[in-house]
Amino acid sequence: MNRRVLRRTVSNFMVGLMIGAVIVALLPLFFILIDLVLKGASSLSIDFFTKTPAPAGETGGGVVHALVGTLLIVGMASLIGLPIGIGAGIYCAEYPTSRLTWVTRFVADVLNGTPSIVVGVFAWAWIVATQKHFSALAGSVALALLMIPMVLRTTEEMIKLVPNSLREAALALGYPRWRTSLSVVIRTTLPGIVTGALLATARISGETAPLLFTALGSQYLSFNLNQPMAALPLTVFTYATGPYPQWHSYAWASALVLILVVFILSLGARLAIRKRFTLNG
Amino acid sequence: MTAVSERELPRPATSVSLERANYGDRIFKLLLTVAALAVPVLLGFLVYELWSGADLAIQRFGLDFITTSVWDPVAEQFGALPLIFGTLLSSLIALIIAVPLSLGVAIYLTEFAPKSVRQPVAFLIGLLAAIPSVVYGLWGIFVLVPALRTTAFPLLRKLFGFLPLFQGPIYGPSMLAAGIILAIMIMPYIMSVSREVLLAVPNTQREASLALGATRWEAVTSAVIPYARSGIIGAIILGLGRALGETMAVTMLIGNRHEIAASLFAPGYTMAAAIANEFSEAVGDMHISALAYVAFVLFMVTVLVNAAARLLIWRVARGSSAGSSAL
Repeated sequence: MNRRVLRRTVSNFMVGLMIGAVIVALLPLFFILIDLVLKGASSLSIDFFTKTPAPAGETGGGVVHALVGTLLIVGMASLIGLPIGIGAGIYCAEYPTSRLTWVTRFVADVLNGTPSIVVGVFAWAWIVATQKHFSALAGSVALALLMIPMVLRTTEEMIKLVPNSLREAALALGYPRWRTSLSVVIRTTLPGIVTGALLATARISGETAPLLFTALGSQYLSFNLNQPMAALPLTVFTYATGPYPQWHSYAWASALVLILVVFILSLGARLAIRKRFTLNG
Repeated sequence: MTAVSERELPRPATSVSLERANYGDRIFKLLLTVAALAVPVLLGFLVYELWSGADLAIQRFGLDFITTSVWDPVAEQFGALPLIFGTLLSSLIALIIAVPLSLGVAIYLTEFAPKSVRQPVAFLIGLLAAIPSVVYGLWGIFVLVPALRTTAFPLLRKLFGFLPLFQGPIYGPSMLAAGIILAIMIMPYIMSVSREVLLAVPNTQREASLALGATRWEAVTSAVIPYARSGIIGAIILGLGRALGETMAVTMLIGNRHEIAASLFAPGYTMAAAIANEFSEAVGDMHISALAYVAFVLFMVTVLVNAAARLLIWRVARGSSAGSSAL
């Protein structure tokens, strides 16, 4: 009977170790969030959201140029990426036996694993190198390309959840296929598709690497997508690696704003979906 | 116009609407096909642009590029061995730290945790995945690296200083620091994919093992893990793929030096970090082309790694989309 006690002790010990792993895994999250609030919140002010940065060495100023830049770059990326991603996702779900579906799915998986910096090099070679100047648009294209596989997957998964009987009912009532797809199938899954779109938008708003040599960053407020433009993640990077303490506090505050944006987008997306579908994750 | 209406008049109404529906269907399918075609076309374009950008360097250095270690933009001599070495080593460190932690969490959450704990913990770990890379880098520079330099690194040197891995001066930004931040970043991916794989293991596996008198831990090791093994390995390789391509946080913490050092306290460089740092300031076509070559190698490596991972995960969670939803 001693052996049984030993075996049970081993079992309990391993459970203890695993609880330890959970705690260790969650520690960085708490540290990062706490540090962001402690070091970032104090620099948040009305100036921070309305002014451009003060010259190096001076205090005050803000990052309105980066906020506007992120909004424009991400907005443009969504305009390019969402129609393609959602359209391709609908195609894959509606024509599952087509050979194109197989290819598109496979390619989406490949793109999903492609490092964002590589996509940045692509956008550089395609747009910046041919135009011979950096532009926010090139950054948007890179982000759109990162967005497409994510949106495609969620759209396809969501449409697959729609019961076939619903589709058959619509067809039996004389609806053509496209109306069945649009006003029955897609309408039922709209919250899910919106969720996927929001999640993808959240993901790309934090991306820095593809913007480094496309949008490049700038010190000035700009609305011209054909010119270099600032973005929040770029601001965090530039100011964090710079030498001035004032820059470091900009970096922390920008990071706090950035993470709030990302969290609000992805939390909103998850909450929207929870009521209708039970997807894991 | 008249010709059309004349032709349509004698037909019954249903046929007209059917015909119209047919047009709608065609347009609908055409639009969707364009979107679906755009995805492979874009990838082909990406590969082509990378290849043609790297052409100059491929012509000049060929495969020597990945086996030599001189990186001298002025003399236009480029060898990516230190970059490849740094990429592999930092990812390996990340895996060594992240794999036991994430598997521990995944097994605990699927097999042992009370229901009320499962969702919140999985959710919190999911938040880790939502934090942008650059924020990890920022936190790494100002919090993690100073902490490691003053406490953990000296302690490691004292305990394991007999190994060449833990010798030499401590700068702060280093291979080990980059490996640690990478570990934190890939952990959520490995955790959530292996959790999905474990959830796909049929309950009968567990029940059979428990019925034979196994403790719960023994049921896990003897019945659940063997069933899920290839999926778990797939999850780990997926994490590896993430680590290989991770850019910003690594760039900010690894020290950025083209050098192969024995010590983990020494600065290093990775492929992604070199592209991030040097691309916008590259002078000369050969420098840019060499960096595009690096990007091409990185792309090929991650494609292979991810393909292997998908295959392994698919073997366990056949049909279900385990893996892709976590990404």
